[in-house]
Amino acid sequence: MDTSRRNFMKVLAGLGLSASLCETGTALGDDLRLPGYPNQFGVLVDTTVCIGCRRCEWACKEWNKLPNQITLRDYEKDQSVFQEIRRTHADSYTVVNSFENPRDPSKPIFVKKQCMHCYEPGCASSCFVRAFTKRPIGPVTYDASLCVGCRYCMAACPFDIPAYQYNNPWTPEVTKCTFCFDRISQAGGIPACVSICPVETMTFGKRTDLIDLAHKKIRDNPGRYVNRVYGENEVGGTSWMYLSAVPFDRIGFRTDLGTAPIPTLSKPFLSLVSPVFIVIPALAMGMYSFKKRRDQLEKDEINKALDKKEGK
Amino acid sequence: MNGAPTTMKFDSTWVRNNIFLGMTFKEYVKSNFTKFNAVVALILLLGIPVIFYRLLYGLGPSTNLSDNNPWGIWIGFDMLCGVALAAGGFVIGTAVHIFGMKEYGFLFRPAVLTGFLGYLFAIIALTFDLGRYYRLPYPMFVSWGVTSVLFLVAWHVALYLSCQFVEWCPAIFEWLNMKRARKIFIKATLGATIFGVCLSMLHQSALGSIFLLMPEKLHPLWYSDYIPLWFFMSAVAGGIAMTIVESAASHRIFSHQIKVHDPDHLNRVTLGLGKAASVTLFAYFFMKVIGLAHGNNWAYLNTPYGYLYLFEVLGFVLIPALIFMYAVQNNLVGWVRGCAVVTIVGIILNRLDHSIIAFNWHLAWKDRYVPSWMEVVLTITVITIGILTFQWIMNRMPILYEHPDYEPEQH
Repeated sequence: MDTSRRNFMKVLAGLGLSASLCETGTALGDDLRLPGYPNQFGVLVDTTVCIGCRRCEWACKEWNKLPNQITLRDYEKDQSVFQEIRRTHADSYTVVNSFENPRDPSKPIFVKKQCMHCYEPGCASSCFVRAFTKRPIGPVTYDASLCVGCRYCMAACPFDIPAYQYNNPWTPEVTKCTFCFDRISQAGGIPACVSICPVETMTFGKRTDLIDLAHKKIRDNPGRYVNRVYGENEVGGTSWMYLSAVPFDRIGFRTDLGTAPIPTLSKPFLSLVSPVFIVIPALAMGMYSFKKRRDQLEKDEINKALDKKEGK
Repeated sequence: MNGAPTTMKFDSTWVRNNIFLGMTFKEYVKSNFTKFNAVVALILLLGIPVIFYRLLYGLGPSTNLSDNNPWGIWIGFDMLCGVALAAGGFVIGTAVHIFGMKEYGFLFRPAVLTGFLGYLFAIIALTFDLGRYYRLPYPMFVSWGVTSVLFLVAWHVALYLSCQFVEWCPAIFEWLNMKRARKIFIKATLGATIFGVCLSMLHQSALGSIFLLMPEKLHPLWYSDYIPLWFFMSAVAGGIAMTIVESAASHRIFSHQIKVHDPDHLNRVTLGLGKAASVTLFAYFFMKVIGLAHGNNWAYLNTPYGYLYLFEVLGFVLIPALIFMYAVQNNLVGWVRGCAVVTIVGIILNRLDHSIIAFNWHLAWKDRYVPSWMEVVLTITVITIGILTFQWIMNRMPILYEHPDYEPEQH
């Protein structure tokens, strides 16, 4: 072993040692628990509490000035909407659905549905004009002044939340729950749906506190909940989280989403862009010069042969 | 073309020679009363009002799109199929200008023109799909969403359109008789081709990568980490197949333009393309199998979606690959052409599977998407206008033949 190589090995060993000393506690390539925004707000929805009064739907429409608003009393009277499972639409940012309760068929389970406000939102990574922003305090907000209307966000959302104003011919917008960004960015502000709920189905607070609360509730009430906090890890974690008495796939949640944040799915492909622009031109120019040189050599050979013939 | 003047003059004889194909205006109008144009007129009569209806009344009344199905055939067919089948320009460009396969040179101009118009009309169709179509340049000039695969697609398609325009320019300047401009653009062809290869590789695969964000919506048989590779390889196969079909068709339709028509040469080249198509389809087939094994999705094969998958992958990839091989070995040019048509149908089926048929497969039938008649009519109208443009250019510019006043291209 010559000196330079020995030195090189020393450097390598040193690097390895220093790397092992720099114990920071974060593993490379770990999708979960990205530092993100540690102080973001969240909401914990306890589906075992909800009575299906639909006041949250009413309050949401009221605060966001959505069209076709009816009175609160009409909302509470109208139970016919529970006959089918609804999703969010252009004029409703949130909907309450009713599911059959396998434990007690006389008491249906009501589940409020709205944007989950992902840690790493698929809608934001899909948007080619950056119309979506994950705010440090939690909400994923939408800026209609940038939107081109490609509707990729709607396809990319794993929870099927963003909706579109299809009937607006000139200035259609994507619509979704704002987490009442305007309210909760004020000190002490809480979302309209949370504040109107008569039975405290929803708890608003720091997301980290809510995770502790959710697990405490599960621990302290044996048999009341399934041991899962939906949204804690789904697609890398969401600001809104749910507790349930029955498995989540029985009340309209997808339990096959996995824990990888949606943006990480296309990252490997996007990182190929610059290598392609470096490698392919080099290869192509190489090919071209190779072929050109070979043609030239061929031509020279023929000319030489011709000269020889003439020289005779 | 009297003595090739270096500056062009837009006088009445120029207009007559270059726009009205050497006829007077009256004769020219009369010459357009053909059966083909009657069908075209009928389509436009129905289609142009539909376009205006879409623009004035919006997506809601004119399409069957919904909150669950944000994309329909304007994305799945017009955009995905249009771009995949327009890959001929870059495939032939690579073969001719980078690999130096001179015997394919005469295919370059028609392939580039087909490619250019394919992209152009895919973008035009896309415009109708965008909610705010007037903001089409936003991803270029207003706000950059660099984390989006669609951002890459938007930029690359726009840049690639420019590349193809550069490659097409020599023909335009021969038509306009502008020698100096032609020379500049011929010099630029190699650069444009190489840049175009990079762009094509990336955006063809990016069109598939769009679906990488939707593992929960796309059927596992079509969702894979290999989507980018699948889309790229199938686009190469589609580009070759389109070149086979397009060269056969235009050599028949525009045969009067070609003075020394050598059917043997075209047949030889068609067999060569058939060989390339066979190899590409085999490679694509094995990538499909590897993707299937990688995702361990074998169990899905024995389901209705599995039958569709097998129909697509066996019927439109493996069997054409075998037939291409057989036809090339036995010099069956007609078989190669027929098989190219089958391959094209296969690419269309594949893109529709990805974007519509196997998309949202978990939803109930009543929530699934079926295009409205207006979506279909608009698509047909855009394709018709594309074909008209192609015909207009073919009748005027030296695409199929070499311009008598100019030497063959060299860079």
